[in-house]
Amino acid sequence: MTDAALEAELMEIMRDVLDVDDLNYDENLTADDVEEWDSLSHVRLIVAVEKHFGVRFSTQEIEAMRRLGDLRRAITTKKAGAA
Amino acid sequence: MISYDVAALPWLPKAPDDHREQVRAFGPGVAAAALRDAATARLDINGLTRLAKALDRVGEAVEGDALSPVDAALLADCTTDYLAPALVATAPRHGVRLRLTVGDYGQMEQALLDPGSAVARARPEVALISLDAASLGLDAPLMDAAAAAEAVARAVARLEALAAAARERLGAVPILQTVAPPAEPWSGSLDARFAGAPAAMIQALNARMGGIAEAHGGLLLDVAGLAARVGVARWRDHGQRHAAKLPFALDLTPLWADHVCRLIGAMRGKARKCLVLDLDNTLWGGVVGDDGVEGIALGQGSARGEAHLAVQRYALSLRARGIVLAVCSKNEDDAARAPFRRHPDMLLREEHVAVFVANWTDKATNLQAIARTLNIGVDALAFLDDNPAERARVRQMLPEVATPELPDDPAWYPAALAHAGYFETVALSAEDAGRADAYQANAARAVALESLGSIDAYHRSLEMRCDIRPFDRVGRARIAQLINKTNQFNVTTIRRTEAEVAEIEVDPEMFHRQIRLVDRFGDNGMIAVVIFRKGVAEWVCDTWLMSCRVLSRRVEEAALRAVAEAARAEGATRLVGRYRPTAKNRMVADLFGVLGFAKVAETEAGETEWALALADYVAPELPMEVVGPGDDAERAA
Repeated sequence: MTDAALEAELMEIMRDVLDVDDLNYDENLTADDVEEWDSLSHVRLIVAVEKHFGVRFSTQEIEAMRRLGDLRRAITTKKAGAA
Repeated sequence: MISYDVAALPWLPKAPDDHREQVRAFGPGVAAAALRDAATARLDINGLTRLAKALDRVGEAVEGDALSPVDAALLADCTTDYLAPALVATAPRHGVRLRLTVGDYGQMEQALLDPGSAVARARPEVALISLDAASLGLDAPLMDAAAAAEAVARAVARLEALAAAARERLGAVPILQTVAPPAEPWSGSLDARFAGAPAAMIQALNARMGGIAEAHGGLLLDVAGLAARVGVARWRDHGQRHAAKLPFALDLTPLWADHVCRLIGAMRGKARKCLVLDLDNTLWGGVVGDDGVEGIALGQGSARGEAHLAVQRYALSLRARGIVLAVCSKNEDDAARAPFRRHPDMLLREEHVAVFVANWTDKATNLQAIARTLNIGVDALAFLDDNPAERARVRQMLPEVATPELPDDPAWYPAALAHAGYFETVALSAEDAGRADAYQANAARAVALESLGSIDAYHRSLEMRCDIRPFDRVGRARIAQLINKTNQFNVTTIRRTEAEVAEIEVDPEMFHRQIRLVDRFGDNGMIAVVIFRKGVAEWVCDTWLMSCRVLSRRVEEAALRAVAEAARAEGATRLVGRYRPTAKNRMVADLFGVLGFAKVAETEAGETEWALALADYVAPELPMEVVGPGDDAERAA
């Protein structure tokens, strides 16, 4: 999967989970930038990402994610590991 | 691979693509029925969260009486931030508008005992009390049997006190939950019999939970059973529990919420009362009108026959506890009843069926008639039908009927019906056992039929593509099969071998067409065959047959249009139709009349001849795309 395709799928999940339409991929996006992205919706987001991409993150990995770019890289790493 | 993944709520239809937009558009003044319909979809936790947000926005400003308001309190020892919205958004699916107050984390006793608490002030009618093994002190093993018994007794005492407080202080019906067993063993198999093992202590508590609920006028939600059904290892997600104090895996929230809400719905009398059954490919395998009583698949000896038998057995098990059974089938009445009377393996008999409707009227209309006959609401019906197009039609016309989606394999039909929980009940009595008989005695057999809604809108929504082309080698075997198997929609019932079909292919005197139909639910395959003998002025019908599966889709009009246009192009002026009656083809006795032919002759044996002047024929506007061999290249491109 190309980076662009992965980012597009990730953003579709984010729009679905956060119920926000105008959200585009930005490496440096953090929860502080999006009102709907709080600690509660973050759990839903992680679970939705895990389900969609068929990966599983550890508690430490989730805690280490600060920016959207961290999440995207974590997905890529996990998927590469799973393949 | 899970054969039937209950966690995904597979009995519900998938949410439409624009579900998010629909939900976002909800505002004050929204129809209660629209909320119910939006909730009656396969929503995950995110879908439920969005719907809950909309319900919050709408507040009390809901029009219509499709939903009964229920004030409820949620008291839990875990994170309720996901549970609460899931409950609120699921409730409309079960006819309830839930006004939910959530108790503060770990403040269960205060919420119930302090008259000034937010929970007490909300005056809930229902209080859901959710405690896990840890808060009940049953998660750590004890080496001493007496200590184990005491731990269980303490847990029982705490639940007793909570239930009593809910009942006596708040006047609320307490809902207690059984506790899910641990996901991992402690000592191994000994856990099952060593009194101090957490598994054994939890089991001992669960065994007493029903008694506690009963003693305090409460209800029991069997969470342990639910966890067992999806698998305890899946139920408990340790990562999520540690990170967010979730009581069970987040993606199981919709399933848990559905079980809570069906219980509250049942308490409010919203559970379904009557199961309406389709016949062909639902109660038995095959089409009785075509295959005959001897030809249907039913009973021991074949997997398919046993699967349909299991459907009947499940229906009877529902009837045993008072669920009324009805039949709604597109069939001739006597053909539909024949297996009930003559098939040795039928478990269901006519005496089990309160209302038996077999005709060619659309099912939505028939379901309304069934409800009227039983004197119950349409929203008290659940409808089991293998045909996705029929299900979609019923859902569109009568969204208040519970129409479960079904897996392809009939072996899973009873599971789908059971997991859907349409017939949830909070108590059973001797009266229930006799209720189905009582309804039956009262049910008038006369079924009033009336037209309903726009059939055109339905047809258009099917996105049909009708492929009409001359016979060819590819279609030959199926053409011969249809010619030899079709009994009902068959005007002449002329049988032919595959070799004879091949001869027709190259006979310049014959006009022949094979017809396929695709709709948005899938490919119906070849469903009709038409053969006309070409004359100079007159083309005479030799064969015209169609599968009953696509009845009332206007395919016959598309067929006639193809014949008429071809005949005109070759200079003919008249089409001649023939009907030869058999024991099974009454349904097409007037086919030509309906299509605009005039009757010109009738014999004593009931054979009729019909004529259509091509000068008078006006091709109808059809709700489908009609394509032929010329379109193949285009589609391949």
